[in-house]
Order: sequence, then C-alpha cells, then structure tokens
Amino acid sequence: MGKVMALTGNEAVAEAMRQINPDVVAAYPITPQTELMHKFAEYHADGLVNTELVLVESEHSALSAVVGASAAGARAMTATSANGLALMWEIVYITASLRLPVVMAVVNRALSGPINIHCDHSDAMGCRDSGWLQLYSENSQEAYDNTIMAVRIAEHPDVLLPVMVTLDGFILSHTMERIDVLEDHEVRDFVGEYKPRRALLDVEHPFTVGPLDLTDYYFEHKRQQMEGMAHAEAVVEAVSREFGERFGRHYDTVEEYQLEDAEVAIVAMGSTAGTSKEVVDELRQAGEKVGLLKIRMFRPFPYDRIRNALRGKKAVAVLDRAVAFGSYGGPVYTDVRATFYGVSDAPVLVNYIYGLGGRDITPAHIRTAFDQLKSIARTGRVETLVGFLGLRD
Amino acid sequence: MATIRELSRRPMRLVPGHRACAGCIPILTFHHILRSVPEDVGVVAGCATGCMEVVTTIYPYTAWNIPFIHNAFENVAATVSGVEAAYRALKRSGKIPADRRIKFIAFGGDGGTYDIGLQSLSGALERGHNMLYICYDNEAYMNTGIQRSGATPAWADTKTAPVGKVSPGKSQYPKPLTEIVAAHGIPYAAQAIVSNWKDLNRKVEKALSIDGPTFINVLAPCPPGWRYKEEMGIEIARLAVETCFWPLYEVENGVYRVNYKPKEKLPLVEFIKHQGRFRHLLREENKPLLEAAQKWLDERWERLLRMEEATKPAA
Repeated sequence: MGKVMALTGNEAVAEAMRQINPDVVAAYPITPQTELMHKFAEYHADGLVNTELVLVESEHSALSAVVGASAAGARAMTATSANGLALMWEIVYITASLRLPVVMAVVNRALSGPINIHCDHSDAMGCRDSGWLQLYSENSQEAYDNTIMAVRIAEHPDVLLPVMVTLDGFILSHTMERIDVLEDHEVRDFVGEYKPRRALLDVEHPFTVGPLDLTDYYFEHKRQQMEGMAHAEAVVEAVSREFGERFGRHYDTVEEYQLEDAEVAIVAMGSTAGTSKEVVDELRQAGEKVGLLKIRMFRPFPYDRIRNALRGKKAVAVLDRAVAFGSYGGPVYTDVRATFYGVSDAPVLVNYIYGLGGRDITPAHIRTAFDQLKSIARTGRVETLVGFLGLRD
Repeated sequence: MATIRELSRRPMRLVPGHRACAGCIPILTFHHILRSVPEDVGVVAGCATGCMEVVTTIYPYTAWNIPFIHNAFENVAATVSGVEAAYRALKRSGKIPADRRIKFIAFGGDGGTYDIGLQSLSGALERGHNMLYICYDNEAYMNTGIQRSGATPAWADTKTAPVGKVSPGKSQYPKPLTEIVAAHGIPYAAQAIVSNWKDLNRKVEKALSIDGPTFINVLAPCPPGWRYKEEMGIEIARLAVETCFWPLYEVENGVYRVNYKPKEKLPLVEFIKHQGRFRHLLREENKPLLEAAQKWLDERWERLLRMEEATKPAA
C-alpha cells in the first residue's frame, strides 16, 4: 500500500492535491506557499491532473474564482499564506457563508507589518471566526493526510463549510520529510466524486447564489451556519476514524500525548506539538509526569475534548504562535480558558506567546515552560500569566 | 439578427417583480441583453454588488430565471472566471454533457468595473476566459447613493464631489474604459446603449459568438442619479449618442469601427440640459466649464474617428 517519498511540506500537499485531482484550482504566488503551486503546476503541465488551473492576478481573485467554480458544481481548491490570506479576507467570509466546501492550504506566515516571510499563526488566526474549519498540521505527513481528509469533511452534507489546512511556513513547507504517500486510487476512492446538491452549471435547475439578505432572514442564515460548524466536530472525528481504519494513520480533533497521568501539560498546535513531544519523552524518562495536548482542529474548537483532557491537571501552559492584541492572551489561550469557566477542577492556565515572525522554538524553550509549570504545581504561585518564550529582553 | 417581435417572444431570463426604480434604464438594458441571447443557449450570469444585484435578488425572492451568482463588489470577473473554468473542467471530465452549450455573462456597474473591479476584469481578460463582460455604466456609485466614480463625467454633481460655493462638481474627466479594455487585445470590445437596441442586440450576439473574452460598455441613464424625469431615459440615451457623448463603436481584433456617426453632431448642452446633475453648467459663470467639456468631447470623438481610420484593414 502506497509508497515512501522524501517530500517537503509544500510538495506533500501538492501531491495530495494531484491525487485528489480537483476540478478547479485558482492560485496566486506568495512565499512560502509558492513551491506548493510550482509542484502542482508541474503536475498540470505534465497532464497528470484534469484540473482547470486558473492563475489569477491576486489572492482576492484566487478565492473569488474558487467561489465561482465551487458554486458552479466543481471541486475547487487554492493555497496561500499571510498577506495573501489577508487580501482574500472578504471572500473568506463569503465562501463560508455560501456554504461552499472549498479546501485551502494555508502555509502559515507572519502577517505584516513589518513584512516578514517566516512562520507564525497570525494569518490563520485572523480568520478564526470566519466560518472555516481549521486543521493544524504537526508535520508534513499530517499536512498531506489533512488535505485528503479535508475534502471529505468540507463536502459532508452535515457540514458544507470550507476547510483550511495549515502547515507551518518553512518549518514544514520547506523541510524534507519522509512521507507515506497513498496510492492514487486509494485517495480517489477515499475522497469520492463530488456531487453538489445544486450547481450553477445545471442550467435546467436555475438558482440564485449570493442574494441580498436583510434583517428578515440574515440572522437565521447565520444560525444555520453555526449548526454546520457544530456538526463539523463529529464529522471530523468520523472522517479521521475512517482514514485511520483504511490507512493506519490515526488522527483525532485533539491528540493526548502522555497526558493521562500527567500533572502538568502543554497545549500546542502545528509543528511545535512535535517539538513538545520530544521534550515530554525526555522528561518522562527522567520520571516527570508531564504531557502534551495537541490541538489539531482549532475550528470548531473542541471544548469538551479539551476540558476533559486537561481537567484535574495542576498547571497547563498554552502556547500561542500569534498575538491577539489587546486580548487576555493569545487566541488559543483565551479559548482554552473559556472552556474552564465554572469548572471546579480546572488547572492553573498560563500562556506563552512564542515564535512570532519565525523565531525558533527549541526543546530548551519547552523545558523552560515545563519548569515554570512544575513550579506553579509545587507552590501554587503564578508569577506571569501571559509570558513569552524565546523573546529577548 | 432577431426582429423585435422575435426578441419579445423569447423566454424571460430576468422576470418582473424586481425592485428597480421607475424609469430605470439599467434594468431595461439587462432585459434587452438577456433577450439577445438565442433561446437554445444556456446562460449563467454573475453580477457585481450594485443596484442591479440588489434590486433583483432580495432574499427570499429572485428575479433571475437562470443560474445567477453574486459574490462581492470588485470580483465579478474573477468569480465568473471560476464558473467558466468549472464548465471547461466538468465538460472535459464528462460530468456535464458535451452538447450542453452555456454562455457566461458578467455584469458590473461603473464602480464595480472602472474602479474597484478593474484589476479583476483585467486579469480575466488576460487569461482569456470565455465570458462576456457587460459594464452598465450609470456614471457614479448609484447603489450607495450617488458618489463620484472613475466613470463620472467632469462637472457632474455627486454626493462626494458636490457642487458647492467653490467647487463646480467633479473636476476630472472619466477613464476611457472601453479603450483600456480593448488595449488588452481581446477579440471584441464595444460601446452600446439600449436606445439603439438593434445595435446593442447585434453586439451581444456578436460577442457571444466569439470564443474568448468580450466586453460591452453600455451607458445606462439613472433617473435619481442623473436627476431627470423618469420618462426621459430613452430620450436622454439618444441624446448621449447624437452629441457623441457616448459614441457607439466596436473594436474587433484591433479594428475600430464607429457604428453610428450623427449627420449633424448635436452640442453637448443638448444632452446635459435635461439633467439636474449638470444644472449648474447652464449658469452664465460656468460657461467656460461647459466649453471645456465640449472641447474635451470633440477631441475624444476626433480621436475615435482617427482610430477607425488608422486601424482600417487594407482593402
């Protein structure tokens, strides 16, 4: 089954896209997403996909064309980063509101300014409330697998919402990794054929997409959108389970790593979850009761899973690779805190902002965080609720 | 070319019940354009945010009897690009029947085309999508309440460039959008107006017969925006043509053809005198402005005639 390939994160997502063979891909270049589209364009140039590749003049047009294609009845995809995603922003909301099951890879990069091409999560966090599902990838294998699963999740009739698959810029996108690649037929069989309920190209059955929706119906439509998002958690679980059963790689909305008997824990998303696992292993060997909660699905936010995984711990540090200026802490932190409102056995929750603009996060930083957590667990004293890792004074 | 009787018998693709203003020329223009599409050809329409999108699609109602998409203000060209790309892809993969003929028409107002949507349009033209883009030009942002746009003529009174004690209205001339579009080297670009319905009908048929991107810029008088009596719309449209304020011409594969040359070109004042937005130009102290506008217009017209001469194919 399948084959092992040495691929960068960008190449791994491009490979998944080749196998998915979407009807339409529209894209515009931006670092660090560029190589993803280079690779896909090569597949297109070699006739390995049937895709109509629309090379637009901006990201705004990329997502606009994808909206048109998806409403027309096509399976449509795109990919971007940072400022590109910011330029799409208006259409990011429209895509979700039109209930179009689009899949977009977001190669995470710091959002200007000042301009910076390296990784943080400020781009995707900017549209955390836009109605897209967000799946964060720990490594390129997961980015590949998430891309394939995202198609099924987005198109599920209970969901019908777009899905963003994120991978950390450069850290994953440009790093060669050993990837287990599925057979083409396995991927095609897994994603199946896209059968939209309604399509613009079905001219015999005309319908209007994107009407003016005023005070009398808009609110109800937003409620329906919330329902789709609420259903998404179970669908992500089910699709991930099926993927695991078929292909032997198991995923869930969150991953509990050495967490069950842990006294202190870290919460992380993206590649930092991988770094944290190394440190957890190391500390466990030294007999320390530490663990990790990796959030794979950030939207919808799996409140119950997170609460159940962390309740009863003495202290938990949430790592945020983005700032929410003027907020109580980073975006992941505020959501994790919210899950514990009114919960009696809530852990002490602290926050670390790290890795902005591609600043390295090393095992030493993670160890520092664990040291702080152990100190809190021991003394019950919290010196800094929202701190930093890897920041010079 | 279809006769008016034949056109009137074609099924309505845009049906009554919409909420356009009394005397709205844009909606009349849409009707006529959609009626110009042969009956056996399917149409998918897209429309930029603007008056026509707003008045035809207030949920839960729609006046569109054909598949229709509205996405946002500045991106109808990109959106319809995606629809057309989907058509190509699904036809190639056999998911839609090979014999199904569908044409794609993108509509945008002057704000959505001359200004905020120009990049999206330019990209779609460059990529060569099989789409007819119609700009319905009512010379200002009418949907948001009459603000000046890149299409607003000089000295017009708008809400953002109002006539005041020290300002006589918009002080710039409009962009030559039809030429900007033609400069992309697309197979067909034209100007038309619904008062010359035969000309408009022929241009739509022509554009839809062409493989590739085509464009028609249609001047569309607006009663509340131009401030004239509702029943005057067609007359004002005629005067736009007779004064050469809105020349009817087409650019086919680089060859300019002026479709109508008035025997006796009327002075610009004949066009503007019925419109409240230009009322101040009739005052004595603004005579130099009117003269400047006339001079500008004459030069544009002469230039157009020279373009026709210069691009004339060798006999």
